[in-house]
Amino acid sequence: MSQPIKMKPRLVDKIEYWLPKVVMSPTVFLTMVFIYGFIIWTTVLSFTKSRILPVYDFVGFQQYVKLFLNDRWMLALKNLAIFGILFIVICLFVGLLLAILLDQKIRAEGFIRTVYLYPMALSFIVTGTVWKWLLNPTVGIERFVQSLGFESFSFDWLVNPDMAIYTIVIAGVWQSSGFVMALFLAGLRGVDNSIIKAAQIDGASMVTIYSRIIIPSLRPVFFSAIIMLAHIAIKSFDLIVALTGGGPGNSTDVPAIFMYQFSFTRSQMGVGAASAVVMLMGIIAILVPFLYSELRATKNV
Amino acid sequence: MSSKPLADKRYAAITGRTIVYSVLIIVAIYYLVPLLLMVLTSFRSMNEIRLGQLIEWPKSFSTEAWSEAWSQAQIGARDEKGLRPYFINSILMVIPAVSISTILGALNGYILSFWRFRGSDAFFAILLFGCFLPFQAILLPMSQTLGWLGISGTLGGLIFVHVTYGIPFTTLFFRNYYVNIPGELIKAAKLDGAGFFTIFWRIILPVSIPIIVVSVIWQFTQIWNDFLFGVVFSDPDSQPVTVGLNNLVNSSTGEKRYNVDMAGAIIAALPTIVVYVVAGKYFVRGLTAGSVKG
Repeated sequence: MSQPIKMKPRLVDKIEYWLPKVVMSPTVFLTMVFIYGFIIWTTVLSFTKSRILPVYDFVGFQQYVKLFLNDRWMLALKNLAIFGILFIVICLFVGLLLAILLDQKIRAEGFIRTVYLYPMALSFIVTGTVWKWLLNPTVGIERFVQSLGFESFSFDWLVNPDMAIYTIVIAGVWQSSGFVMALFLAGLRGVDNSIIKAAQIDGASMVTIYSRIIIPSLRPVFFSAIIMLAHIAIKSFDLIVALTGGGPGNSTDVPAIFMYQFSFTRSQMGVGAASAVVMLMGIIAILVPFLYSELRATKNV
Repeated sequence: MSSKPLADKRYAAITGRTIVYSVLIIVAIYYLVPLLLMVLTSFRSMNEIRLGQLIEWPKSFSTEAWSEAWSQAQIGARDEKGLRPYFINSILMVIPAVSISTILGALNGYILSFWRFRGSDAFFAILLFGCFLPFQAILLPMSQTLGWLGISGTLGGLIFVHVTYGIPFTTLFFRNYYVNIPGELIKAAKLDGAGFFTIFWRIILPVSIPIIVVSVIWQFTQIWNDFLFGVVFSDPDSQPVTVGLNNLVNSSTGEKRYNVDMAGAIIAALPTIVVYVVAGKYFVRGLTAGSVKG
């Protein structure tokens, strides 16, 4: 092999050298300004006494103190905890169960899968509109069951302040569980068949095979699904706006609605910014372990 | 090992299958019933709904609710009626936003895979955070900035926002797709004197069709279904269909017209349902991309 001869770089080569960087630069700019710059900007706002317009009079942690002394915010956090935990747990359970059932060499698997997944194509506004109507006690499911002859049947969760948050779980699960099913199904298809065969030969029952071998091997899928679902839960805004509008009263308030109202309709920008920063912290707290394990996993390969 | 008679075993297997199928079918009904009721209700007349109840088999057929939702219902205080102007806004917004974010994503993915420079891997990691960014953290600065740029409350502003926050996803899709293309192919082309754009056009783009489809479907459904940006960054003239639907359903003047609400919901959902039916395989791929390895 001969050494490549060093030549003075021509203009064309120089252009070729810079071209990728030039093409990439709008994205670098957008990312640095509109993602990271704006996060910093929001954080800065959260330390000012901005109300209807941003003003840069710094007041330390005053807005955060105000935020956590606000009963509505504490209720929003509590609601997010209720909604988030139930939403994630039920979606995981339903998704895994359906994936396992669908993995039993089912006829018309493609059709059934299609049915389970279509709600995911809808916007949360549409989902909220439909379920608002189904859950409405005077016209929806309650009325229907009563008309079947069960006069004393009652299902008024949507208008019951203690129960309304659970109706959001119902609609949320309807929308998102098919997606979790798809994740688990992909995971199940990736499980090594020879291990299962070997276990069968050893006389292990299907229940044992699933609980001891297959489900534990789906750990990465559980992890990904939890991240995605937690992310949906923390950001959830449109579903609740369409379904209950945060009501009755403030009983279905969540941080995303709180942030929107304080920032844009109640002219409390500082408090709104502080709530946004707390939400961001929540996402980061979930994300960092996820990314850490992802990166470690990639290195091991 | 169990030593049950063969007949017993087969009996158990059949019961097992029956249970599996029953559960699957019952759940399928749970997922389908809301859609079915939406469609049925949208074709019933308000007279019939008033007399009977919502969940029942229709006795009449009328497309009145559809034309009402599409072009006659008074939504908010605007002059133009019905969901039509909102629907048109969504189309005018989604086409450029999807195209631009997909093209930029393809170029970024191409560079991050074959034209790496110092810090490009680090930048990719930094960019990925954008996929998980809670948009509440950027709403306030963005509304200020759109004002400064003179595009607040316009479709142009909405398109800009959707492109900006779509790029992390599209870049991720293309980059993960391109890393599986052998680098030797590109190296050989470079030695032959092919330049940056020649390689992109002649070698990369022709093999990118599947991932372009994934990216377009993902961006289309995300942007079409968005409500938060639509409600925060648009004026009545530029609001997308999700905002229009929400205003239609929650306008509390007069009698609740469930058939119109349902027709409106179907109108707002139709484009993404069509995408899902036509390109379901790619829809799932888009959904699961990046969340499952391999």
